[in-house]
Amino acid sequence: MTFQESAHIALQDTQLRHNIGNATRAIRAKRNHVVAELPDWQELREAGRALKERVLRHLDHYLVQFEQAVQGNGGHVHWARDAAEANRVVVELVRATGVDEVVKSKSLTTEETRLNEALEENGIRPRETDLAQLIIQLGRDKPSHVLVPAIHKNRAEIRELFKRELGIEDLSDDPAELAEAARRHLRDRFLHARVGISGGNFGVAETGTIALFESEGNGRMCTTLPDTLITVLGIEKLIPTWQDFEVYLQLLPRSSTAERMNPYNSFWTGVHEGDGPREFHLVLVDNGRTNVLADEIGRQALNCIRCSACMNFCPVYERTGGHAYNSVYPGPIGAILTPQLEGLDRAGSLPYASSLCGACYDACPVKIDIPQVLVHLRREVVKSEGLDPEHAAMRAMANVFSSRRRYELAQRLARAGQWPLARHGVIQHLPGALSGWTATRDMLPVPKQSFRDWWRQR
Amino acid sequence: MSQAREEILGRIRTALRDVPDHEAPGDVRVERAYRRGSNESAEALVARFVERVADYRAEVERVPGASLGEAVARACERHGARRLVVPENVPAAARPEGLDLIPDDGLTHAELDAVDGVITGCAVAIADTGTIALDGAGDQGRRALTLVPDLHVCIVPGSRIVASVPEATARLSDAVTAQRPITLISGPSATSDIELRRVEGVHGPRRLVVLVVE
Repeated sequence: MTFQESAHIALQDTQLRHNIGNATRAIRAKRNHVVAELPDWQELREAGRALKERVLRHLDHYLVQFEQAVQGNGGHVHWARDAAEANRVVVELVRATGVDEVVKSKSLTTEETRLNEALEENGIRPRETDLAQLIIQLGRDKPSHVLVPAIHKNRAEIRELFKRELGIEDLSDDPAELAEAARRHLRDRFLHARVGISGGNFGVAETGTIALFESEGNGRMCTTLPDTLITVLGIEKLIPTWQDFEVYLQLLPRSSTAERMNPYNSFWTGVHEGDGPREFHLVLVDNGRTNVLADEIGRQALNCIRCSACMNFCPVYERTGGHAYNSVYPGPIGAILTPQLEGLDRAGSLPYASSLCGACYDACPVKIDIPQVLVHLRREVVKSEGLDPEHAAMRAMANVFSSRRRYELAQRLARAGQWPLARHGVIQHLPGALSGWTATRDMLPVPKQSFRDWWRQR
Repeated sequence: MSQAREEILGRIRTALRDVPDHEAPGDVRVERAYRRGSNESAEALVARFVERVADYRAEVERVPGASLGEAVARACERHGARRLVVPENVPAAARPEGLDLIPDDGLTHAELDAVDGVITGCAVAIADTGTIALDGAGDQGRRALTLVPDLHVCIVPGSRIVASVPEATARLSDAVTAQRPITLISGPSATSDIELRRVEGVHGPRRLVVLVVE
C-alpha cells in the first residue's frame, strides 16, 4: 500500500488525529521553550552535523577503531550484513546461555530487523520493558513514533489494554497509575533476568563506549542487572570521541523529550569487573545503511540521532499518524531513510509524504536537510519510472517556462481554453490527467491581462 | 562472521568513492563554536543547580556541612526508609545514627530490592541541566545500588557543581578511559510514553533526594 492510500484511511480516524494532535502540540511548545534557553543552539547543531559528517565520510576507519576498543575492554563484536544475519547472531547468543526469556529495552534497530519474531520462532520470549513498547507488545500493535511508540494510544485505551492483558481488575486511566502497573508487572522479571538485549544511541569509536539515553530506568535494568548483555547497533551510530558527548548531550534530550536532560544516560565500556554484565556482545548492523551511504545527497539521513523532533513538527505526520508510513521510521526522517534502506521499489511513495514546508529541517538537531533529500529522492523515483505522461508534461512545462515567447503564447492559449472551466473566478475541476491537481484544491484561472501586458500598455 | 565484517567494510569503501584518498578524518571541519563554561560565582551555580533539580520534581536541599547527617536522617524519615545500602567511601558525616546502614558486600538483586534506599556521593553535577553524574567511584558504588532501591539520597559537594555539559564531560573523561561505567541522573525515573505527558516514577528509583553540601 502506498503512503497516499494508507494516509487516506488514517485520516478517517478522528480519535487517532485527536491523540496525535494533542501530544505533538504539547511537545512542540515544550521543545521550543528548552531550545530557546540555549543561546548557542545553532552552534551546537552545526557541531552535531559536522561530527556526523566526519564519521560518515570515514566510517570504515571509525568502525575498525571502535571494534578494537570494544574488544580491548572484554567485549565481543559481531557484524551483520542484513536483518536475518543480525537476528541469527542474537538468537545463537541467547541459545548459548540456555535461557528461554530475555528482557529487552527499546531498540529501533531490532524493530527494523524484527528480532522479536525471530526470537519467538526459536522458543525465546522477548519481554519489552519500555512502557510504550510494552503497550505495543501487549496490543500486538506496531510502533508509530520513534520516541513514543504508542503515541497513537490515549490513556483510556491503554487502561483497557492493561486491564485485559495484565489481568488488573481495578485500574484508573491516570498515567501515573498506568506506569505503576507496568512497574509491578516487570519488577521481578528484571531482578531475575539473565540476558538483556538493548539498542544504543551512540558508540564512541575512540573508547568503545556505548551510550543509552532513556527515561524510565528499564534501559538501566536491562544493561546492568543481567549476566549477559547483547547490544544491537546500527553502523552509523558512531561518534569520534567521548568529548563529543558535550554536543549530543545537549542536542538530543532537548529535541526529543523537550527536557534539559532526560532522566538517565548510561555509558558502559565493555565489561567492568564487579559492576554489570560479565559478558558483553555487540552486534553491528548494516541492513541497508551502506546503500544510504552510497548516495552523496541522501547520505545525511544517517546523521539521524532518532530524536523524533521532525515528526513532532510535521503537519503531515500530525494528521496521518505514524502507521500510514508503513515503516519503522515514520514522519519526515522515515520518508527519506526508509526508501533508501529498503529501496525505492518498496517505499517509493514515501518521498511524496510531505508538503516540503521545511519545518522538519528547522527542528532537526543535526541539520539533516530533509526537504533537499525528499526532492532528490522524488527525482530518483521519476528517473526509475522512465517516461510517464506526468514526466512528459513536466518537461513540456519546463520548456514553456524557460522562454518568454513560449510562456506568453501559452498564457494566451490558456486564456482562450479556460473559459469553459472557470466558474465564478475559480477553476474547480480540470479535465482528464490534470484532474489530480484540482481533486483537493481550486485553481485560479489565468487573469484577463498579465502584468507584462499591463506594463507594456503604460 | 569475519566474512560479514569484510563485506560490510568493503561496501562502505565502495559507497565512499567520492571521498578523496588523501582526506583524513580530521580534515572534515568541525566548528566547536558553542559555549564551554562560564565565569559565574559558585553561589550562582549552586542556585541554578538547585532550581533545575527541583524542576524534575526531585527533592533538593542546601545543607551546611555540619548538619548533613540530620538532613539525611530527615529525608529517610520523610520517605519511611530505615534500611539503606551505603557504598564504603561515603563519609561518616552522611551516616546518621538510628538508621540501619548496610555495606555492599555483593548483595544479590533480591537483597537490594528489599532495602529501602541508598546513600551515595557523586562525581560531578551540572547546573545548567540539574544533572548528577556517577562514575562508580568508592562513594558511589556499582550501578545496581542506585537503580534497584526506591529512594536515592545523593550528596553533592558544592565544589563539584559545574556550569555546563562540556565541563562535566571533560571531568568524566578519566573515568571513561579507565573503563568505568558512567550514569547521568536527572531527576527520578519518569516516562512521557502516555500522551507525551511526563509522569515520575517508573522502573528506577521513584524518589531522588539531592543534598547540596556547602
